[in-house]
Amino acid sequence: MTPLLFIEQVLNGLQFGVMLFLMAAGLTLVFGVMGLINLAHGSLYMVGAFAAAAVAGWSGSFLLALVAALAASAAAGAIVELTVIRRLYDRDHLDQVLATFALILIFSEGTRWLFGSFPLFLDIPDWLSGPVTLPGGIEYPLYRLAIIAVGLSIAAGLFWLIARTRLGIRIRAGESDREMIAALGVDISRLYTIVFALGAALAGLAGAMVGALQSVQVGMGEPVLILAFVVIVIGGIGSIKGALIGALLVGLTDTLGGLLLPEALKLFMETSDATATGSALASMLIYILMAVVLIWRPRGLFGGAT
Amino acid sequence: MNRERMVNAALLTLLLGVPLWAWATDEPFTITLATRVAILALAGVGLNIALGLGGLVSLGHAAFFGIGGYAMGILASHAQSYTPLMESPFLLEGTKSMPVIWLVALLASALAALVIGALSLRTSGVYFIMITLAFGQMLYFFSISWPAYGGEDGLSIYMRNGFPGLNTLDPIQFFAICFACLAAALWFNARLVRSPFGLALNAARQSPERVETVGLGTFRLRFVAFVISGAITGLAGALFADLNRFVSPNMFSWQMSGEIMVFVILGGVGRLYGPVAGAALFITLEHVLGGISPFWHVWLGFLLLLVVLFARGGIVGLLAGRRVAHD
Amino acid sequence: MKLTIFVAAACIAALGGAASADDGALKVGMITTLSGGGAGLGIDTRDGFLLAAKLAGGDALDIVVEDDQRKPDIAVQLADKMIQSEKVDILTGIVWSNLAMAVVPAATAQGKFYLSTNAAPSALAGKGCHPNYFSVSYQNDNLHEAAGAYVKDAGYTNPFILAPNYPAGQDSLIGFKRLYGGDLAGEVYTKLGQTDYAAEIAQIRASGADSIFFFLPGGMGISFLKQYADSGLDLPVVGPAFSFDQGILQAVGDAAMGVINTSQWNKDIDNPANARFVEAFQAEYGRLPSLYAAQGYDTANLLLSAMARADISDADAFRAALKSADFDSVRGDFAFAANNHPIQDIYVREVIKEGDVYTNKIVGVALEDHANVYVDECNM
Repeated sequence: MTPLLFIEQVLNGLQFGVMLFLMAAGLTLVFGVMGLINLAHGSLYMVGAFAAAAVAGWSGSFLLALVAALAASAAAGAIVELTVIRRLYDRDHLDQVLATFALILIFSEGTRWLFGSFPLFLDIPDWLSGPVTLPGGIEYPLYRLAIIAVGLSIAAGLFWLIARTRLGIRIRAGESDREMIAALGVDISRLYTIVFALGAALAGLAGAMVGALQSVQVGMGEPVLILAFVVIVIGGIGSIKGALIGALLVGLTDTLGGLLLPEALKLFMETSDATATGSALASMLIYILMAVVLIWRPRGLFGGAT
Repeated sequence: MNRERMVNAALLTLLLGVPLWAWATDEPFTITLATRVAILALAGVGLNIALGLGGLVSLGHAAFFGIGGYAMGILASHAQSYTPLMESPFLLEGTKSMPVIWLVALLASALAALVIGALSLRTSGVYFIMITLAFGQMLYFFSISWPAYGGEDGLSIYMRNGFPGLNTLDPIQFFAICFACLAAALWFNARLVRSPFGLALNAARQSPERVETVGLGTFRLRFVAFVISGAITGLAGALFADLNRFVSPNMFSWQMSGEIMVFVILGGVGRLYGPVAGAALFITLEHVLGGISPFWHVWLGFLLLLVVLFARGGIVGLLAGRRVAHD
Repeated sequence: MKLTIFVAAACIAALGGAASADDGALKVGMITTLSGGGAGLGIDTRDGFLLAAKLAGGDALDIVVEDDQRKPDIAVQLADKMIQSEKVDILTGIVWSNLAMAVVPAATAQGKFYLSTNAAPSALAGKGCHPNYFSVSYQNDNLHEAAGAYVKDAGYTNPFILAPNYPAGQDSLIGFKRLYGGDLAGEVYTKLGQTDYAAEIAQIRASGADSIFFFLPGGMGISFLKQYADSGLDLPVVGPAFSFDQGILQAVGDAAMGVINTSQWNKDIDNPANARFVEAFQAEYGRLPSLYAAQGYDTANLLLSAMARADISDADAFRAALKSADFDSVRGDFAFAANNHPIQDIYVREVIKEGDVYTNKIVGVALEDHANVYVDECNM
């Protein structure tokens, strides 16, 4: 393998990781602040993608589609929070798992009811399509670079929001002592709705951006959801920094593992056997990574005491 | 006799009565459905020992369910094709005998639970949920891409395995076998709850510090509970594979773990007969709603949501009227 | 409160209660995927099948349709229900190979006929073949073999091939190599359900390949094509029809334009049966038919033709009637090989745009009167 190919694959892993971060950030925020496990987070990702595809199809504008994705998923998040989720905060994790599992069923088949059974079309806009040549002669799709840029700036924005703004102070206060900040006069239920809608919007944005690269279809959220859980668990639940590191780790492991494992096995196996075994192992790799991290550090890399 | 016992007796009578009635009126498919309920309830009983009694929220019980299923699939497929499982260091043949398959399924899933439990129980809370999920997913992806036993296509077993003295192809006789397994597991579970071990485990769930203080190791209690739980779910997996005469990686999927958990929660966490009620309601709904609307999952979702939000303690809790599952 | 449980019991009981209507109609049980991500394929299969039944007068077939949710254990359960309680004579409709593997052996062992509208895994074509099992679609390897033959004929010498790591994917690459037979620039198994192909595309770019063959059904193919089109790579792409079917082409969009794919059917095959089918399908459902719809339509017509020649109560005669395949296939010439899989032409198609709609046109024939390699392994 040439160094150039390797660098390109690292970029791919980075881009995948950044996408996972957008999903994981909302999940980890919601867990950190409200102590809620939300299996329906993947459905909000799907809502974003479908909203974007619908609006792009109608208006032809990708930017408008992104705005629609943000708005639709934030709205869906807020509605779900007001009607269902807020009844779950004082329940145990089991009830949360079951209730949000039920939400997945409603969202998935409801979407199919509205949009039909065939995948929708959402394409990369002209001004972001095609490859660019990077220093060193790597040809890399502009859209993927844009995803990396958007993801990293959102990560920076989130850090700023948590560390520097009034909302961030409240979020951090809510994480450590929710009775106290309620007693201090913060409208805690409004704070929860805002945080949940924010997490939903991030998931929706991820769905819309990925939707242009992949296919917009029912059930697209679930595989990503599982990966996002892997990410926040590796990073330590509730930690934005952990989510970022975890996401990059998972993205790079998944991309490079699929590439390097078969190559490594070829050294002492037949080519076709090595390809089959290597890809079998590669598909288990991130789960092995997660198990190893948890055995080593039972609360994830940056997890505090919860 | 308190209300929960009456509800339990009614559940058991119903699960026995409906297929008998179907047998009398020659409705074999109803018996098949009841068999499915009995098997999935058995899987739920297994999970309930970890979940209800031990407070261990495992989202990876499909791992044991699938291992049980593959124990059946692998043994029976070798017997079916007359090829030995392995020849060296000693000859190991496949088998079509249910008792042997059950034993292997119990042992294999207990062994898996031993490993997964030893590693996972170092964590707690959400981390435990997720690490069990991770182990389930590992086995899922492994079973898909491992070509020796069919990969994603799974394994088809043309004839249901045999049980000495019974004709397992007859739906009512196979139901009787599954029902007997479920009854045995329920009896075992009831004994376990009242045993010193069960009491200590219950205490470890409610107040781990106190249990540690009196010198009982919470890790060991939970570990044993997890292994028992995995083994019972593994047995259910072997029966499930025999019901379908088919195993596939689907048995390892996280949705499967989720469904088993839904049975338990729907029925009532920690309630002895909760999984029976949950599985019966779920399977019934699946069939009734499935016939009414192509988008029936939406209604199922709403129904589950209503149960979680307004019927705490599940169906058994609703019927028995007591919110606390344990005395 | 106990009412809930009694209602539940009554419902279980009612399920068994549907007695079969005994008016001489043949009872057909269709198990197919009508919910979840793969529902489009099942819906097309069903609609094609029902259309043929309707055009034939509508009362010859008594069809029960059920949703398998793409889960093998649900499919098995539905098969049990249809055999035990609905007392169907024929089963059909399964889209996916793994579901077919779960249902078909048990159904044929119980003496039922199974007519495959799509899935035709190699395990059921060779040693596992059965006189009561007919594949009306193809043998799973066929379209991949055709792609291999096309790549060879077109003079490519260094293709890069990829498929998901599961049995149908492995069969696909083996099928491709069987009739291609030359050197490969690379061979990669991707994860099943994978949605990001950046790593594979980078490998293709680095491999110096002169063409690409891929088998990535459903959403996987959509993702691959969109990402490939955006990568700046411009190698000719060949694949089996599944990723270029009418149902999903609109979601791929421009990225699919000009791609070569192999199929045993297309809407522009010039014969009266096909013209009638395409027109009737559009009139009935308001959309263009897909490959799956054509397969469903052909399956129903095969069944109707056999009914005209023999009665289902005489299984041997009915089997012989099915095997003679005396019906007007929308594909033109159609016959069954010794292992009950089709002998048919496999075409080369190219993706084009008609007005606003992406569709395919036939540009050549990859294989003529092609059967499959498993015929000799089948003893029945």
